[in-house]
Amino acid sequence: MGKTFSEKILGLKAGREVQAGDVVTVSPDYILSHDNSAAIIKEFQKLGIKNVKAPQKLVIILDHVVPASSEKYALNHKVIREFVVGQKIPNFFDVPNGICHQVFSENGFALPGKLILGADSHTTSYGAFGAFSAGIGRSEVASLWATDEIWLKVPETIKIEINGSLSPGVYAKDVILKIIGEEGADRANYKAVEFAGETVKSFSLASRLVLTNMAAEMGAKNGYCEPDEKTVQWLENRARNDFSEVVSDPDANYEAVLKYDISSLEPQVACPHTVDNVQSISEVEGTGFHQALIGTCTNGRLEDLELAAEILKGKKVHSQVRVLIIPASREEYIQALKKGIIEIFAEAGCIVLNPGCGPCLGAHQGILAPGEVALSTANRNFRGRMGSRDSEIYLASPATVAASSIEGKIADPRKFV
Amino acid sequence: MKKGRVWKYGDDVNTDVIFPGKYTYSVLEPEEMTRHALEDLDPDFAQKVKPGDVIVAGRNFGCGSSREQAATCLKYAGVQAVIARSFARIFFRNAINQGLPVLQSGDAVDSIENGEEIEVDFASGKIKAEKGVFAFSPFPESVLGILQEGGLIPYTRKKLEGNR
Ligand code: SF4
Repeated sequence: MGKTFSEKILGLKAGREVQAGDVVTVSPDYILSHDNSAAIIKEFQKLGIKNVKAPQKLVIILDHVVPASSEKYALNHKVIREFVVGQKIPNFFDVPNGICHQVFSENGFALPGKLILGADSHTTSYGAFGAFSAGIGRSEVASLWATDEIWLKVPETIKIEINGSLSPGVYAKDVILKIIGEEGADRANYKAVEFAGETVKSFSLASRLVLTNMAAEMGAKNGYCEPDEKTVQWLENRARNDFSEVVSDPDANYEAVLKYDISSLEPQVACPHTVDNVQSISEVEGTGFHQALIGTCTNGRLEDLELAAEILKGKKVHSQVRVLIIPASREEYIQALKKGIIEIFAEAGCIVLNPGCGPCLGAHQGILAPGEVALSTANRNFRGRMGSRDSEIYLASPATVAASSIEGKIADPRKFV
Repeated sequence: MKKGRVWKYGDDVNTDVIFPGKYTYSVLEPEEMTRHALEDLDPDFAQKVKPGDVIVAGRNFGCGSSREQAATCLKYAGVQAVIARSFARIFFRNAINQGLPVLQSGDAVDSIENGEEIEVDFASGKIKAEKGVFAFSPFPESVLGILQEGGLIPYTRKKLEGNR
C-alpha cells in the first residue's frame, strides 16, 4: 500500500516508516510566529533556559497590528525586537512587510518537502508549495524554541479532486467556499487535505494559496497541492534553501476522495456567522453592507487586486459604503503601484491601507459598530471578529466584493467581467 | 473531584467568541482575561462562572484561530473541564498544553443539561451526571504526561532540567 504525502514527509522527518494514526517526534524546518511572539517570549522565559536552540529556524513577522495602534501593541513589538537582537534571530520582518503568510512565502521559506509549524491557524497555507505546514499554539512554539522538538500525530488524508474550468467571474475563493459549505467546518478536523485535479493544476500559486489557506476553515491540520513546474518557477530566485518534492503515491490510502466539478459553479458567499454557511450569489444578491475589505492572507495578492481593479476602473464606489484595500505584502503593494492599480482604487474612492492584517481580526483599521455589516475577502466570519458582537461578516471573492462596492449591496460580479 | 455546574453550548463554538481577537495582544493578565471569557457567546458566563464549573458543548469546540488564550481564559476562569462531542485540533492541543482537560463523549453531551451539577472523575475516566455515568475516551499517551505536569511549559521545563 502506498503512502500519502503527509505519511511520507512525517516519516522522513521521524526517520522511520509511519502511517496515519502514528505519533512522531519531529524537528521542523521553520517555525513561524507574528505579533504573538511577545506572548511566546513570556512563556519561553518560564522554561528556565537562556537561548533559543535553533535561532535560524525562527521566522518572526510583525503583521497583526502594524504599525502599533496603542501603547500596549507598541510595547509588544518592542519586546519582540529586543528578543530578536538578543537571540540573534536572522529572519525577522518588521512592520513594513505585510501579512506573515505572504511574507513567509515571498521570502522563500515555504518550500516543497519542508515541515513548517506556525503560531497561526492559517499556517496551512504553505501546502500550496508542497510543504507540510500546520498551526500550533503559543506554549508549543515556546517549547519548540527551547527544544527544537514536537510531537505530531500523522493525519489521515482527504483528497479533494477538483475538475472543470471556471466560468468568468468565478474564482478559487468561490471553489473553496463551495467545498466548505458542502463539507462543513469540521469535515477535515485533525486531517490533511490534498487538493488535486485539473482545476488545481491550472491555478496560479496565488489561487492555490486560497485553497490551502482556507483548508483551516474545514478544520484541516494541513492543506497540500502537489508541486509542479509552476511551483518551481515561482520559487526561482526566492527559495532560501534546497528542497525536494514529496508527493503522494498513486495507491495511497485516503480517508475519502471527494470529487467536485466546478464547470457550472456560481459565485459563492459565506454568510454570518460561520464559514460553512455558504449560499450562491443569487440567494444573497441585494443584501446591504457598510464596509468592504479587499485584502488579507486569503485574497490580498496582486492577482486579487488586479481583478478588483478591473471591475472598479473608471467607476466610483457607492456613497453608502466604505471600501478598504489592503495589499497582503509590500511586494504585492509595489507591483500594484507599478501597474497603476492603486491609482484606480484611490480614484474610485477606496481607502488604501498599509500591508498587514488590517481589521481582519478586529484589532484596528476599520472596526465594525453594532448593527454594521461587512463584506470581506477574508477567510473567517465568526461573530464579533471584525468588531462588535452585533455586527455581521459576509465572505466572498475579490471580484464579488469589488462589484458589490459599486452597487452598495451584494452584487453578482459576472455583470462586470 | 468536586461537583461543577454545567454551562451548555452548541456546535462550532469558535475561538473568536471564546476570546475575541481584539483582546489577543492587549489583554494579558489572568484576571482581565477571565473577564472576557466567552464574551461574544454568552456575556453572562464571565460574571457567573465559578471554579469547578464545566463547559459542555457539541461538535468542533474551539474551531478557528490558534490563539491559546481561548484555552487559557477558561482555565483562569476555573473551568474544571470541557466536555464536547469533538474538539478542533489546535484548541485540543492548546487545552492540553494549558493543563485544561478536554473530554470527548457524545453520550454525555446528549444527556447533560445546562445548569445541572456533574462530577468528573479523571482517575476512572467517568463523568457522573443526573441521567447516568458516562465514560470519556482516554488520552493518548503523548498528552498524558503533559496533563500530569499541569501543562506543556512546566513539562518542558522539567524535561530540560532533566537533560542538564
Ligand atoms: S490576514 Fe487575517 S486571517 Fe490572515 S493572518 Fe492576518 S489576521 Fe490571520
